[in-house]
Amino acid sequence: MTTVADPKAPRLPKPGPGRRTTRGNTELYGWIFMRASGVLLIVLIFGHLFVNLVAGEGVKAIDFAFVGGKWSSPLWQVWDLLMLWLAMIHGTNGVRTIINDYAERDTTRLVLKSLLYLAFAVVVVLGTLVIFTFDPCPSGAPAELLPSICTA
Amino acid sequence: MPAAPAKAPAGTLYRGREGMWSWVAHRVTGVLIFFFLLVHVLDTALVRVSPEAYNDVIGTYKNPIMGLGEAGLVAAIVFHAFNGLRIILVDFWAKGPKYQRVMLWVVLGLFVVLMAGFLPRHLMHVFGGE
Repeated sequence: MTTVADPKAPRLPKPGPGRRTTRGNTELYGWIFMRASGVLLIVLIFGHLFVNLVAGEGVKAIDFAFVGGKWSSPLWQVWDLLMLWLAMIHGTNGVRTIINDYAERDTTRLVLKSLLYLAFAVVVVLGTLVIFTFDPCPSGAPAELLPSICTA
Repeated sequence: MPAAPAKAPAGTLYRGREGMWSWVAHRVTGVLIFFFLLVHVLDTALVRVSPEAYNDVIGTYKNPIMGLGEAGLVAAIVFHAFNGLRIILVDFWAKGPKYQRVMLWVVLGLFVVLMAGFLPRHLMHVFGGE
């Protein structure tokens, strides 16, 4: 009579170069981050969309003076910085999951994820620099293009 | 004899019907929003170049085609947001898996209400002229 393996026994690791799906608890922290950042992003993005698309003249009113006026306030600088970082990490982790699910060849996954992380780094660094080094009243620019605070 | 229709195994709500299609829609809207975000940060970065450069590029967005694209983007965001809350409830609320199907209809109901508030106002800005 043959005995059946204990169903609760830990699974033996696959021999050969298998795909390691998790390393420690990082996937768990990623899973929690998606939910926590998602809730914050709902508040940040709904506020962003309301102020930029619904209030006032809506999308028609968006120009340099509009952006300059907003970023003259620390509130919108922090708001947009938080939104940039949370949305980029949330989105990059989401696309990473999708690449892991659908790209079956090791090299395909490596190439796609390298491009993804490069895009992440470029966009986050560029966006952060713009928020903090932005000058709402650049000298030499025509006054009618600038926010009203520049002439005050 | 025709094969019996495949039935979702017990214990998963991610195969077939509402559970699967909301998952598919969540992925599709998520990818769309992500690629928009990349472009959105790059064009906004033009404020660092000059007021003229930013206004020129934003000016090319101010037409009905882009206006409808913005409406579609907002629709994708609103669905992703409410369905994301539904996923959180499925994961953390003891009765979440039991009510996941009802919650999807609540998500779609909230989606319709919010879009009914947003679309007339946005389309007025896009098509309303000066």
